[in-house]
Amino acid sequence: MLTKRIIPCLDIKDGKTVKGVNFENIKAVGDPVELASLYAQMNADELVFLDISASNEKRKTLSDLVKQIARVINIPFTVGGGISSIDDVRMLLDSGADKISINTAAVRNPRLISEIAGQFGSQCVVLAIDSKRIGQEDHVFLNGGRIATDIKTINWAREAVSLGAGEILLTSMDHDGTKEGFAIEITRAVSEAVQVPVIASGGAGKMEDFAEVFIQAKADAALAASIFHYKEIDINDLKRYLKQQDIPIRI
Amino acid sequence: MERAKRGQMKVVVVKYNAGNIRSVLFALERIGIKAHVSNVDTEIRSADRVIFPGVGEADSAMRYLKERKLDLLIPTLTQPVLGICLGMQLMCRYSDEGGTPCLGIFDEDVKAFPIGDLKVPQIGWNEIAQLRSPLFEALPERAYMYFVHGYYVDVSGYSIARTNYGFDYSAALRKDNFFAVQFHPERSGGWGEQILKNFIYSKNLNS
Repeated sequence: MLTKRIIPCLDIKDGKTVKGVNFENIKAVGDPVELASLYAQMNADELVFLDISASNEKRKTLSDLVKQIARVINIPFTVGGGISSIDDVRMLLDSGADKISINTAAVRNPRLISEIAGQFGSQCVVLAIDSKRIGQEDHVFLNGGRIATDIKTINWAREAVSLGAGEILLTSMDHDGTKEGFAIEITRAVSEAVQVPVIASGGAGKMEDFAEVFIQAKADAALAASIFHYKEIDINDLKRYLKQQDIPIRI
Repeated sequence: MERAKRGQMKVVVVKYNAGNIRSVLFALERIGIKAHVSNVDTEIRSADRVIFPGVGEADSAMRYLKERKLDLLIPTLTQPVLGICLGMQLMCRYSDEGGTPCLGIFDEDVKAFPIGDLKVPQIGWNEIAQLRSPLFEALPERAYMYFVHGYYVDVSGYSIARTNYGFDYSAALRKDNFFAVQFHPERSGGWGEQILKNFIYSKNLNS
């Protein structure tokens, strides 16, 4: 039986992990490669690296980093952040990334999705959506959540999948950082609207939140950052808990 | 003669337009193998082991193989060959993906997952079971592997492992020296690496 995935997310800036990470057995603090391999040993199902650096040297640094990660870890990983062209994608996949995630660039130029899917296959295209509720509707936000659009989240998810996105990474800006649970309603709506897997992100605070997003919101995977980085939740404990709730999980 | 001593096996990964070749190379590196990447007939023929990886789309991959006559070479190889994911599908007779005639090593067709309740592509960790090959030596009877695919091959006489996504289908196939897996051993943790080790080092592959 296909299992639900637990995905730690690492924010990267200039080749280092950004958020203070609270693992005493990490030698080089901020080393994404070491953190990644630790998460792999802890039974994480997959990893997401989000590059938030903005320098011109960024692409070169990122591709070197991706190679180092791909060399060490033996589980799949996605790389995202500022990807805006086929060349960016090729460089990251050639460096050993399994998937790439695109966000703002895909909204600005939806054809990018079909171009990437056509050349490298849908399985490597993760469409990331930053979603926020405005009144009664959920809308897509751009540039790391700074720019509002009038695009409805659910419509964009449907369109992106029809263009070739193989997976949706849905972040609720309303829930992100609150630790009060995932955004159940919009996650469920998107999951029911598209045939591809949906990764829920934003709001994880306790183990019950994961059970809720898998059962109530029908998410296929759940992503979190700080609760894992700060060891508030141990991945193995979380997986054992979810298994006890009869949720299919890889132990 | 078999050069079974660690590090001396000549492993060639077939180069074509359906990467992610690098993750396969890195996985081999982790088990102590420095593989060569090649699309040259003589180099592939002289290898002890050939790996035929692949993610991507069947039709464009077959076109590339044909342009370089690899479609004629691969079915005639006599050493152990391991197809991975799209590689496995291309070793079958025909793929629904793009209506593509394939290499025909396995007399089976590749079908699209039916539209219904299940998410397609299947992405994630699923169990393989009913393991029937030295390729799976040392593995437990059920082991989790990482799958990413929208097309599948039915259970048949070639099946050496099964998995279930709505129904049972082939997780791995074998015919003589040709082995193939639908999942990604290079991204399937320690058990995935064990399968690659078995493929390269096992002396029982012919049994």
